[in-house]
Amino acid sequence: MATETHAAEAAEGSGLVFHPMDQFIVKPLFGDGPVGMFTITNVTLWMFISVIAIVLLLVVGTSRRAIVPSRSQSLAELTYGFVYKMIEDVTGKDGLKYFPYIMTLFMFILFANMLGLIPGAFTTTSHIAVTGVLAVLVFATVTIMGFVKNGAGFLGLFWVASAPLALRPILAIIELISYFVRPVSHSIRLAGNMMAGHAVLKVFAGFAGSALIAPVAVGAITAMYALEMLVAFVQAYVFTILTCVYLKDALHPSH
Amino acid sequence: MVSHLEDDDMATQELPIQEEIAGQCVDAHGGAIGMPQLCPEWMGNQIFWLAVTLIVIFLILSKIALPRIAAILAERTGTITNDIAAAEDLKRKAVEAEDAFNKAMADAKAEASRIVAEAKAEIQADLDVEIAKADAEIAAKTAESEKAIAEIQEGAMEAVQTVAKDTAKEIVAAMGASADARSVTDAVNARMKG
Repeated sequence: MATETHAAEAAEGSGLVFHPMDQFIVKPLFGDGPVGMFTITNVTLWMFISVIAIVLLLVVGTSRRAIVPSRSQSLAELTYGFVYKMIEDVTGKDGLKYFPYIMTLFMFILFANMLGLIPGAFTTTSHIAVTGVLAVLVFATVTIMGFVKNGAGFLGLFWVASAPLALRPILAIIELISYFVRPVSHSIRLAGNMMAGHAVLKVFAGFAGSALIAPVAVGAITAMYALEMLVAFVQAYVFTILTCVYLKDALHPSH
Repeated sequence: MVSHLEDDDMATQELPIQEEIAGQCVDAHGGAIGMPQLCPEWMGNQIFWLAVTLIVIFLILSKIALPRIAAILAERTGTITNDIAAAEDLKRKAVEAEDAFNKAMADAKAEASRIVAEAKAEIQADLDVEIAKADAEIAAKTAESEKAIAEIQEGAMEAVQTVAKDTAKEIVAAMGASADARSVTDAVNARMKG
């Protein structure tokens, strides 16, 4: 930590300022007090903005209920159909009753990712506290549901019946480990992607301060920004489709 | 809280440390120390607001947005199905109408030819009657005429015979011989027949 601060201070002296991680600081919106549990912070603001954006797209956009849809309505229908079809394809018909939950996850992550790309925005999904909660929610729900739906049969997920008998205990251990690693990879994948992308953008933005390399830096920012748009969508998609896969495991534990 | 700051370099020590702003994770300049993602101080806040956000989004989606979009999509599917059915119905009706038209056309044609045939037959019958009447009249007139001609002929023959007899008598008388009337008459008659 100390060395990082040194580097930052040193860079400040030479005109180049890198504070790539400062964008992730949680600040109270009003006043300078400490951040308590219920303090209204930039997290609150940007989560609120994503709720507003979701309402604008899915509620206001569809308010005319037109048979021939307007642009916003067809975008809302497209999103609906995208997630609906994903669940149907990955989880199967019986996964469709969990559609509102999965749609909630997808919409929140997609909008948090996308809104985070607005310059000056705070990316809520770049925080492990947020993605961790999302992943643990999925993990806990899926595990509890697996046991409720299948009873002890859910443990069949770890007992690979198609493998030779001698291998099955070893495979069971591997399956068990991979099962418990799920929430970790699930959350770090999203938060890591978001954080890395935004930090890189910030580093390039720091380089843009020097006239000599500014054109290169601005070009790089543009390219990275385009890539980050893609990543923002792909990560929301990946998180959702993995949720569907885990849900499928809970509903049909046999391999 | 302060322990991390004390780890920091001497440069920051010289500045007045604003402990209200500077928590565990922010240095005196308001810059991040390490990864803000790992700052435990802020996690409660994030988790709380995340929970609020997720519940709000879930309620909005499950109560308003998703049922509405589902209804719109169902309505559209229904409309499309209905429209296709209506189109098929109309097509069937068009075919039916065409068939009916063709049938009516054929009927009308048959009727027309029947009427024509009837009219022809009627005319023919009238014509036949008229022709027969005319023929009869003609026949009657012919017979009358023939009779008249025969009468005239007969009259003419008689006149000729009379004239011939008289003439023959006169000639015979003129020639100075008296011929008896009977022989002259026989001779004339024989001549006339000849």
